[in-house]
Amino acid sequence: MAASILRRCWGSLLAQRCRTGDVPVLHNGQTWRRAQASGSIASGRRAGNSPAGERGVAPWVAVVGLEIHAQISSNSKLFSGSQVQFAAPPNSLVSFFDASLPGTLPALNRRCVEAAVMTGLALNCRINKKSLFDRKHYFYADLPAGYQITQQRLPVAVNGSLSYSLCVGGKKNQMVTRTVRIKQIQLEQDSGKSLHDDTRSQTLIDLNRAGVGLMEVVMEPDMSSGEEAAAAVRELQLILQTLGSSQAIMAEGQLRVDANVSVHHPGEAYGVRTEVKNINSARFLARAIDYEIQRQIKELENGQTVMNETRAFDYKHGCTIPMRDKEGKQDYRFMPEPNLPPLILYDTKSLPANMNHQQVVNIDWIRERLPDLPSVKRVKLVEQYGILPEHSVALLNEDGLMEFFQNVVRQTQMNPKKVIGWILNDMLCYLKQHNLTVKESPVSSLLLADLLNLLERGAISSSAAKQVFEELWKGEGKTPLQIVKEKKLELIQDQQEFEQICQAVMEGHQEEVMEIKKGNRKVLNKLIGLVQRTTRGRADPVLVKQILEKRLSQ
Amino acid sequence: MLRVSLREISAALKEGRVTPTELCQRCLSFIKATKFLNAYITIAEETALKQAEESEERYRRGQILGDLDGIPVAVKDNFNTAGIETTCASNMLKGYIPPYNATVVQKLLDQGAVLLGKTNLDEFAMGSGSTDGIFGPVRNPWSYSRQYRDKCVQNSHPEKEDSNWLITGGSSGGSAAAVSSFTCFAALGSDTGGSTRNPAAHCGIVGLKPTYGLISRHGLIPLVNSMDVPGILTRCVDDAAIVLGVLAGHDPKDSTTVQDPFKSFELTCFTDASKLCIGIPKEYHAPGLSSETLALWSKAADLFENAGAKVIEVSLPHTRYSIVCYHVLCTSEVASNMARFDGLEYGHRSSMDKSTEVMYAATRREGFNDVVRGRILSGNYFLLKQNYENYFIKAQKVRRLIAKDFVNVFHSGIDVLLTPTTLSDTIPYVEFIKEDNRTRSAQDDIFTQAANMAGLPAITVPTALSEKGLPVGLQFIGRAFQEQQLLTVAKWFEKQVKFPMIQLQGIMDHGHTVSHHQKSAFFS
Repeated sequence: MAASILRRCWGSLLAQRCRTGDVPVLHNGQTWRRAQASGSIASGRRAGNSPAGERGVAPWVAVVGLEIHAQISSNSKLFSGSQVQFAAPPNSLVSFFDASLPGTLPALNRRCVEAAVMTGLALNCRINKKSLFDRKHYFYADLPAGYQITQQRLPVAVNGSLSYSLCVGGKKNQMVTRTVRIKQIQLEQDSGKSLHDDTRSQTLIDLNRAGVGLMEVVMEPDMSSGEEAAAAVRELQLILQTLGSSQAIMAEGQLRVDANVSVHHPGEAYGVRTEVKNINSARFLARAIDYEIQRQIKELENGQTVMNETRAFDYKHGCTIPMRDKEGKQDYRFMPEPNLPPLILYDTKSLPANMNHQQVVNIDWIRERLPDLPSVKRVKLVEQYGILPEHSVALLNEDGLMEFFQNVVRQTQMNPKKVIGWILNDMLCYLKQHNLTVKESPVSSLLLADLLNLLERGAISSSAAKQVFEELWKGEGKTPLQIVKEKKLELIQDQQEFEQICQAVMEGHQEEVMEIKKGNRKVLNKLIGLVQRTTRGRADPVLVKQILEKRLSQ
Repeated sequence: MLRVSLREISAALKEGRVTPTELCQRCLSFIKATKFLNAYITIAEETALKQAEESEERYRRGQILGDLDGIPVAVKDNFNTAGIETTCASNMLKGYIPPYNATVVQKLLDQGAVLLGKTNLDEFAMGSGSTDGIFGPVRNPWSYSRQYRDKCVQNSHPEKEDSNWLITGGSSGGSAAAVSSFTCFAALGSDTGGSTRNPAAHCGIVGLKPTYGLISRHGLIPLVNSMDVPGILTRCVDDAAIVLGVLAGHDPKDSTTVQDPFKSFELTCFTDASKLCIGIPKEYHAPGLSSETLALWSKAADLFENAGAKVIEVSLPHTRYSIVCYHVLCTSEVASNMARFDGLEYGHRSSMDKSTEVMYAATRREGFNDVVRGRILSGNYFLLKQNYENYFIKAQKVRRLIAKDFVNVFHSGIDVLLTPTTLSDTIPYVEFIKEDNRTRSAQDDIFTQAANMAGLPAITVPTALSEKGLPVGLQFIGRAFQEQQLLTVAKWFEKQVKFPMIQLQGIMDHGHTVSHHQKSAFFS
């Protein structure tokens, strides 16, 4: 529930707490699985009391819950008209209300409410027709009012669920779908930012972010590993981006994750949990949680206890460290926000006739206009194109890749099942290698479609196509056909020329020919490869095979 | 000239009998002459004269903005005024110049009103005497009235005369004194538990607390957000209605204002009281109610009855829990509202800066007086997790019961409730400070805070002079958003009681700096 607060003095603690050798290794393969055979092992043993000698006998089960703060994509802040913009000059987007000047009052931004309702609907939540705002008090330099306006008692949406897929199995080739329950979604204000200048022992405050609307999505502890948590967060991120309710860019702090982590033996009560705060990178999300799970297991197996504390992930050292909280347990002294009447939402049935429609939020109206969610899009992709479910996952995971794929399919005669290979193997690999987004790709969907059409028509071989693709990647503005012409990559159509080349290769490799004639058919592939090399991929492998077989049997 | 009502001076301006500049200058010099009252914290002489000039230009061109054009007004120093220091009578905001106008201030200015200055109060409006601000106590103009002085002389002690000055009540004592001593024609106060009505009653003027949600609180530095209402202090009911018409209405900057458009009204004199039903809440026969006030209250009831109105004793059974409930809710919100004063963004900042926490603590220690700090402490106590249910939630439930009491009474056919405003007439400062602020507030808010708890409109009307020659006011409480009915009744009552005007002539110069020339000009 807490707004993300940067605490001072992590730096000094890092050196002491994190030794590089500290990162533990999974101690048995069952660690990640949820209580498969509950009660069969480790019955009667209390979590935390496991003697070190019995290590490996009792499996540990981890329990992970998440609190995710998503910045609402809106032109203005939650309760003021100030603009919202990333990386604007410090304190340039601060209204009198944001700076908490005496006498200023909050006025709720309708767009933020709509974003929360949209998100709630997409996460199968019950939308509360009446929700309330509360003040949560704590003193901090980047919280000018001394309290944050949030929804503690009655949030805007409750009781939802989120399904997400992840790859399991040794080769990660098996897709499974899991579900995490959504406890609630609440609207609240973001805090400002504190910048600590230790050398001058100064704290500088930037209030640009103060008062920006957040949706806090609370996920029940239904996950059991960093990987699951990461997959759930990724799915949430996709949903938010699809809805447009948040841009959810982690690098810009628009999606911030706090994880509650505990471990216990199957069949026993949950262990003491810690909160890992401010995990602001998708890359480190799984790692931070897994580190914390292992740390707790290690503590318990060494006869130590896990403390109920807040920890921060130190991405430089790959470990979690306790956050210094001088005040100890805070009492936030929650109080109803007296300046905001209850937030009342309507559906078509309850909408009063005389109400100004500009001033009310109609849940049904929003529901009718929800875009296709990622899960629906994936099913549609599989149905429409006959691709595999994991292909559909991959297509959606990269922003714009699905549209790219669809455009290519639309412009080629090639079977989508073949197109998907080009998209996911060639195209995506190149993008990853060069750290580019789909939008930044030098190969447009039209160019790729042209290329694939050449391939499909039999004008070039697939290895030639790869060469053309490589050329296209240079972004020199040439069409695939131009490249094919320039590099003379067309398949050899002249039967006679073909026969000659094959003959030459056979003559040059008498040993292989002998082998084949003895019945070792595998060597034939070598000969085909050699012909390909000679023609620099211009030979149709099917044709080559036919000719070689004909000649070998002569 | 200054003693006339807002309506009359407005007519005089329109007829050209006086110009805005002339009027403004007269008020300004009279403010200076009555400086010893300590009614004003800041006198905005320069901007006031400029506003008057602009108004004069409008009159010349025949393009006046409204009934308030050119009329000098004063505003309690807990309303934000752009470019004019706004202190809340606290070290915390000493020297603070806000960048914006409170909505009510803006509305006054938009009507062409001339803002003379900012009036004194208890620090952050926490008090019932206007004695607990950093600029010192406000003196009640009636201390210097012929009516009071004559009685004092009868009761001897002439040697103590000067130390016997009276408090105004509070916390809008500065605004009440300003209106009562004729330095302006209307003033804004704020009313959280009676802060407008209490000093109005003690200063012999009209004090109106409108329905919660009718007037914007944007720019009013809050005491208790769920009870604060901008208050109107004038010399007669008609004037209050005029100012109400200017201020009322929805403000997008205050989400608690109602959307329904407000129609300003002109009060008619009703002639037929027989359709009227006046309720007398029996629980308001509170301990400590002076026999004089009680007698006036019952005389007032008779007045209505004799005029043909139905006067019925009614019960508001939860009244006795009201003041303690108010205390819990008030301090809780105070604790929250005061959290923003940390010395970082504005206001006082301590020079102790070893760490942010040390700076916070020192700033708040230096910036707030004992009263404010005391309320913050108790409020935080009530809001603690372990106490929240037992105090805050319980108080909210009681508040709901209190509000329901009123609903029931009005539902039974009562139009307006008639009650005392204060326990008695005002007392000398030396008497008042014998008890602490908390005790005084609990005593003095007894008849007034319930209207804030229920959000209802209430008005105090000066009724008669006590034996000591001091004003006593009675309060009318109306149905929510039925200001027109409430004020109509109040106006009828005002007309019947013929409350005497304060007589300051010949008294003000006693030991003070009013020149004879000015005095004769103003009080002739």
